[in-house]
Amino acid sequence: MVETGKTTVREEVLTVKNLVKYFPIRGGVFKTIVGWVQAVDDISFHVYRGETFGLVGESGCGKTTVAMTLMRLYNPTSGSAYFGGKDILNIHGNELRNLKKDIQMIFQDPYSSLNPRMRVKNIIAEGIKTHRLATSKQDLLDKVAEMMEKVGLSVDHMYRFPHEFSGGQRQRIGIARALAVEPQLILCDEPVSALDVSIQAQVVNLLKDLQNHFGLTYVFVAHDLAVIKHISDRIGVMYLGKMVEMTDKRNLFNHPMHPYTRALISAIPIPNPELKKNRTILVGDVPSPINPPSGCRFHTRCPIAQAICKEQEPLFEEKSMGHFVACHYAK
Amino acid sequence: MAMNTESRRVLRKLVKNPTAMLGIFLLIFFILVAIFAPVLAPPEPGKDPFKMLPAKTAEGKMIWSSNPIAPDRAHPFGVIGKYDVWYGVIWGTRSAFRIGLIVSIISSLIGIVVGSISAYFGGWIDEILMRITDMFMAIPFLVAAMIMTTILGKGLDKVTIALIIFGWMQVARLIRGNILQAKEEQYVLAAKALGIRDYSIIVKHLLPNTIFPVIVQISMRMGSLVITAASLSFLGVGAEIGYADWGTLLNYARNYMLQLDKSWFAVVYPGIAMVLFVLAWNLVGDALRDIFDPKMRA
Repeated sequence: MVETGKTTVREEVLTVKNLVKYFPIRGGVFKTIVGWVQAVDDISFHVYRGETFGLVGESGCGKTTVAMTLMRLYNPTSGSAYFGGKDILNIHGNELRNLKKDIQMIFQDPYSSLNPRMRVKNIIAEGIKTHRLATSKQDLLDKVAEMMEKVGLSVDHMYRFPHEFSGGQRQRIGIARALAVEPQLILCDEPVSALDVSIQAQVVNLLKDLQNHFGLTYVFVAHDLAVIKHISDRIGVMYLGKMVEMTDKRNLFNHPMHPYTRALISAIPIPNPELKKNRTILVGDVPSPINPPSGCRFHTRCPIAQAICKEQEPLFEEKSMGHFVACHYAK
Repeated sequence: MAMNTESRRVLRKLVKNPTAMLGIFLLIFFILVAIFAPVLAPPEPGKDPFKMLPAKTAEGKMIWSSNPIAPDRAHPFGVIGKYDVWYGVIWGTRSAFRIGLIVSIISSLIGIVVGSISAYFGGWIDEILMRITDMFMAIPFLVAAMIMTTILGKGLDKVTIALIIFGWMQVARLIRGNILQAKEEQYVLAAKALGIRDYSIIVKHLLPNTIFPVIVQISMRMGSLVITAASLSFLGVGAEIGYADWGTLLNYARNYMLQLDKSWFAVVYPGIAMVLFVLAWNLVGDALRDIFDPKMRA
């Protein structure tokens, strides 16, 4: 989405400010805290209504933790996130339960995300019942049937068990479960990474159709740049618990500013053997989030790192219109 | 529908397994004995059938001598300590089922509640509940049960209470371990994300996926509980004197331990009943484990 000269005011549906999530490491006889895994360290971003915000990064960079924390499956260490005028990281009890009608999540693994001892009908109906969205038993049944149709499942399969479905179909059940409570925002935690490539496209396209139909907003977590490129409007790149770059899709792929983003993009395979490309190959592994490097967390692997990178942490700044980067040498 | 194919699969597995079938037949046999006890060994009308009365001779006279009487027409299993062994074995089956079922069901329920709360909520709740569990486990079971029955007094109901109080820990540990594992599954996260209440998550999502090892354990423990109750009776801290219970019969036989030629029937018949009862439950438990073990699934 390139906004050239247009003055559209886009509504921020979700605004995350300085989100921090540390996991304690306990050890010794008395299970005292001996260290912290800095899974997510001071992340800020915003998501506009009706768009898909892609969150991309290597395994272990904290992108799933961001989704889990926003869903309140983990309690945040600090930070705030505004949704519908409320700080959703600091609400409790019934208010929190009601929030879960408006924010939903689609999970990564279609095999473990469905209770093997529940029928499809009950899996989809559970949320509707919890939030009292159906007026009668018949209404509930109609709603479940409607959801199954919307995600491309046969209504005849309503009374089957999850093990009778394929991976793609199971993920559709998971999508129907999330949609059934009529949410505004859906956090997608790598919803296609466990599926076959051919099925991935189907599910991604289904998600796009549903977004248009229901006017949904997505936060889409993935490690696959091709998938992210296909579905996202804006993208945030994460590295070791930090957001390193955030901008709209075209900008990110055409003018990546952060050296990590550039390395990621240059690693996308090109299906043309004739084409030679200057790849930026990163050496070494991702450092441990228990003891992350000083200064810029990327300096240990960065091809353009200087002395300052080791000492001073770069600010996450807006370098050009809507293009945020955290690098001392971002160009 | 799916559940039918599931139960059909379970049935087919049971029928194909000869030891499982033996266990089930034995169990059915004991259930029939318990049900038809009033027919097999008619009690005195108007009296508590579990309180054994001194046996009568074929002519209907009370027997007042405590000397064992070898099996004859009137007393097919003989008489020991004035009591008819046949009557004791038949009505003892009812006592065995009563003890086994009440103790294993109530103690398992306690274990399930403690274990699932402990595992689901974790943190200091888990810490406190598990240390309490450890305290109960630290006391040797038989000693604890003996002390309890000496405090509470004699009687099968007191034995039942003692066995319940000291019998819930294994189930609590088992269910805790299973739920700790299951609660990391994404369907539990999904249920939390939907805002489903903790109680519902435990009952609808966690227990249906973790309860089967407990069912196997309950069935295995049914047999051993009866043995424990019998050993308490044998030691004289169990059922009251003259109660229709296998252990009580063995207690009488103890006095004639050195004259087995005169009192063998008092050891053999209740002994066989106990061995077969334990065997039945163990075979059924084994079969259940085979069926529910995911690694055994074809």
